[in-house]
Amino acid sequence: MNELLRRLLFLPEQASTFARDVDNLHYFVILTTFVMSTAVGLTAIFFFIRYRRRSETQTTPHIEPKAWMEALFVGVPLIIFTAWFFLGYREFVRQYTPPIDSMDVYVMGKKWMWKFAYPDGPNSINVLRVPAGQNVRLLMTSRDVIHSFYVPEFRVKMDVLPGRYTQLWFNATTPGRYQIFCAEYCGAGHSIMRGEVIVLKPQEYEDWYSSQKRGLADRQDGQPTALDFAPPLGNLVDQGKRVAADQGCLKCHTTDGTRHIGPTWLDLYGRREKLSDGSVVVVDEAYMTESMMEPAAKIVEGFQPVMPSFQGKMTAPETAAVVEFIKSLQSDAVRTGPSEGPAYAPIRGR
Amino acid sequence: MRLSEADSHALSGASPVPDYLHDGTTVMSWLNTRDHKRVGVMFLVSVIVFFFVGGLFALLIRFKLLQPGPFFMDALSYNRMFTLHGVVMIFLFLIPAIPSAFGNFVLPLMLGARDVAFPRLNLFSYYLYLTGAAVALWGMIHGGADTGWTFYTPYSSTTPTQVAPILLGAFILGFSSILTGLNFIVTVHTLRAPGLGWMKMPLFVWSAYATSVIQILATPVLAITLLIVTVERIGGFGLFDPARGGDPVLFQHMFWFYSHPAVYIMILPAMGVISECVCAFSRKNPFGYKAIAFSSLGIAFVGFFTWGHHLFVAGQSVFVGGAFGLLSMFVGIFTAIKVFNWVGTMYRGAISFKTPFAYICGFLYFIVFGGMTGVALATTSLDIHWHDTYFVVAHFHFIMVGASVMAFLAALHYWFPKMFGKVYHEGWGLVAASLIILGFNATFIPQFLLGNFGMPRRYYQYPEHFQALNVASTAGATLLGFGFLLIVIYLGIALKWGSRSTESNPWGSKGFEWLTASPPPTHNFDEIPTITQMPHDYRTHEPSGVIRVA
Amino acid sequence: MSHEAEAGLPPGILGHHFSSLARQNEAARLGMWLFLATEILLFAGLFTGYAVYRFQFPEAFAECSRHLELTLGTVNTVVLITSSLTVALAIHFARTNRPRAAAACLVITILFALAFLGIKAVEYTAHFHEKSLPGKYYAFEEVKIPGAAMFFSLYFLMTGLHALHVIAGMIVLGFNCWHTLHGRYSSRYYTGLELGGMYWHLVDMVWIFLYPLLYLI
Repeated sequence: MNELLRRLLFLPEQASTFARDVDNLHYFVILTTFVMSTAVGLTAIFFFIRYRRRSETQTTPHIEPKAWMEALFVGVPLIIFTAWFFLGYREFVRQYTPPIDSMDVYVMGKKWMWKFAYPDGPNSINVLRVPAGQNVRLLMTSRDVIHSFYVPEFRVKMDVLPGRYTQLWFNATTPGRYQIFCAEYCGAGHSIMRGEVIVLKPQEYEDWYSSQKRGLADRQDGQPTALDFAPPLGNLVDQGKRVAADQGCLKCHTTDGTRHIGPTWLDLYGRREKLSDGSVVVVDEAYMTESMMEPAAKIVEGFQPVMPSFQGKMTAPETAAVVEFIKSLQSDAVRTGPSEGPAYAPIRGR
Repeated sequence: MRLSEADSHALSGASPVPDYLHDGTTVMSWLNTRDHKRVGVMFLVSVIVFFFVGGLFALLIRFKLLQPGPFFMDALSYNRMFTLHGVVMIFLFLIPAIPSAFGNFVLPLMLGARDVAFPRLNLFSYYLYLTGAAVALWGMIHGGADTGWTFYTPYSSTTPTQVAPILLGAFILGFSSILTGLNFIVTVHTLRAPGLGWMKMPLFVWSAYATSVIQILATPVLAITLLIVTVERIGGFGLFDPARGGDPVLFQHMFWFYSHPAVYIMILPAMGVISECVCAFSRKNPFGYKAIAFSSLGIAFVGFFTWGHHLFVAGQSVFVGGAFGLLSMFVGIFTAIKVFNWVGTMYRGAISFKTPFAYICGFLYFIVFGGMTGVALATTSLDIHWHDTYFVVAHFHFIMVGASVMAFLAALHYWFPKMFGKVYHEGWGLVAASLIILGFNATFIPQFLLGNFGMPRRYYQYPEHFQALNVASTAGATLLGFGFLLIVIYLGIALKWGSRSTESNPWGSKGFEWLTASPPPTHNFDEIPTITQMPHDYRTHEPSGVIRVA
Repeated sequence: MSHEAEAGLPPGILGHHFSSLARQNEAARLGMWLFLATEILLFAGLFTGYAVYRFQFPEAFAECSRHLELTLGTVNTVVLITSSLTVALAIHFARTNRPRAAAACLVITILFALAFLGIKAVEYTAHFHEKSLPGKYYAFEEVKIPGAAMFFSLYFLMTGLHALHVIAGMIVLGFNCWHTLHGRYSSRYYTGLELGGMYWHLVDMVWIFLYPLLYLI
């Protein structure tokens, strides 16, 4: 029955301890809604057939409802809605009250990515790993605008607000991978601000967690970690790659030449870009740095001024590393298009 | 004055007083009119134009959503599109649609008045509407906002798009709506015809009155909120900016304090239209007149205490969530009372299935389903899953389109002969009605399921497993679009080439607005009527049975 | 026009759709009361903001409040209350058929309003000099507690919006004055002037709430 209704209503898989209870209430609520609207519709149709107009000058009696009818009109919806409310509110209180034995994970939302940090060390981007059968509490905040953390399979959602913490808890029952959505509109990348919860068997989680603590984290799934926890890094380019992933640059700028929300970084260095005001700029270190700190100043034609400023969000070495990383992204393709007079010759490397 | 005028007509042998459409035909005679009927017609034309503008945005959005990946337009254009769709539909169509267009036209007629209390203010309200629309349009052309019509801070105070003109436009439109509401309340209080006590007023007047109360009490709060966001953008005041100690959620409280009651600004007049049409097409007195009348006031009152159900997952406390959840249930009960009484009105009536009645049937089904899903959304724990998903989108479109637009169309067909003295083609009317009701279901039922499935709203790209339902929804929207287009075509034809209605009351309706000729003369009544009976009293069939000319 | 002449009124006062002047006056007053209600709700939004942030930053608000010029604020309060009196007098004179006295009172009221704005301008200049400005422009040396910028944001929003209302009120009273001199108001009809007066009293009332909130507590 549960499975049939769930599929009929297109509800996602039930992967947390809440899901089953919320869905039961859902079935009850939707079924009463169907019954009521069909009943009203059928009564109207019945009246229409039974009391069709028979002549254009037909008269009708004056009818006033009796007191018991009015009582019924108020009473029936009152009983239904109050029942809904109390059933729903009991579940709501449960969802809003994290148990004491919960494991904490810190969540930070920013345009347009999720960062997760475990209290004693490991952290990750866009991938949250939790053990099955364990109460998990997320302590969430935002760096810029309001986001909302949403995992449909768990039936949980909570807004992520700048300047304060909100919390959310769940207990995932089934190991597997579940998508995280941002449910509060947050700009151009709102719909790609997605992540993944990976529910692991408790033992697997333990293994992963201890390996993380040993500092092997980033090699394992190619996810760069924040600089604070990473071992000393090699050259600037590698560092820049990490910073770019970490700051969310790659959410909008590709490194393979495809066009996205922002201009691609491939072959960006040294390119002559036409700006939205018609002038032309040669992409050099100065332009790249300016674009990071004051993005709206010079917008490349055909793109929208949606990039947030990184003023104060990146240190000087980090900025330099990103610039170096962009400079390293040069394809070997022969430049096409009409040849132009000598411009600044790009200098490779340093 | 009227005596002498009548005398002069008698002397010259000219036709009697011209109707309002022919009393001056220059453009200036329209632009500078004080006649509530002409202001109503100008509002009607404007809101229909903006309805199609908003509808075009909707179709573009639906077209993009055929594909899960980037397609047809980029993310920013898409975001602007749904923002403009919301802003245009809410501020330029739904809020003024029934009160300012039909309310202006029929409210004084129903009260037996020669005009609204402040005719000049009424015209000014129309010009404010045009100004607000122009400012908002200017903003749309010069960049457009990408905040969604809810303008949530801090996104709206930081995004580089043109938010300020849109905010300013909405601010001005708010004042237009306040002035209309003020005018209606004063008109109802001071210009009722002799014998027309409060408990004899047509139900449309009751609902327009309740709407006006909301317009007056809620709109100023929106105005100041939008003003604060504007100074925040321009001057960096920081009231809603967490970086300066401000509270972004305070914006949501102030915004929904207006915008939730604003939902009732959109739906209450629709309920009034349905109350009139159900009676007229069932030839029956309203079943439970008092219940319908007072539930309008009840909705207007309780509507002010439910805004918190938009913030169940915005970090308010469990207790506050519960309180707002419980209060939201009462709005549902008042609506339910109305629905049962409308169905009751059909009991032992004499029902004729004309186009407006088709819309009534659609309305009844949509408001029960849309209303109950609304109450379901206020069922705190279910909202956690549904909040900001397509379920919410489908729910409020059931109310806004399924109920309000259906009522708007019912009113358009029911009062079309009253306003223009022409008859439209009944057959095409029914075809369009069935297209629209069918298309509507096909558009929004898939969206309910999408919401259940977990697709958040305002998504430009979406995972592939949502595609089938999105395609279904787009197909439905196309059908809906054709339906609306069809209406414009046959009503346009009726207006231009249609036969003049032979009777001034083609429906045989006993609503008070039919006591005067169709189209009405400039000052509505040669003599102010004295009302002796309730509206829609069909115990006798003499057309003027309810009136005794003093 | 005929029923205006019957009531012995100058043309252009009684609308064709009203049965009597008494009914029209009732309508006009009701309309004005409703309009005043919307004005109060407009300010209510700001009062709500004030309440929220006062609760959040009690020390900063108390400290900033002490840095406002209490004397100037008090003088301004006296000026506005007196101007309410002169408006009331103007209505009194108009209804006892003394239009010149009424017009004089209105002129005095407008002068009071100008004085009020002048004093406010002096205060604003001081704020600009010491950089006690709203939001991101705040750089006041003497108060550096978090929330101080918020106080000044609210201060400028509230007093600025109020000042706009003072200006609107001056324009309304200016029209009233012109009409008074042209013999529109008399014991038979003075509703237009009365409405202008009501609006001016509202402007005054709002200040009576702003003054303690900003200067005293």
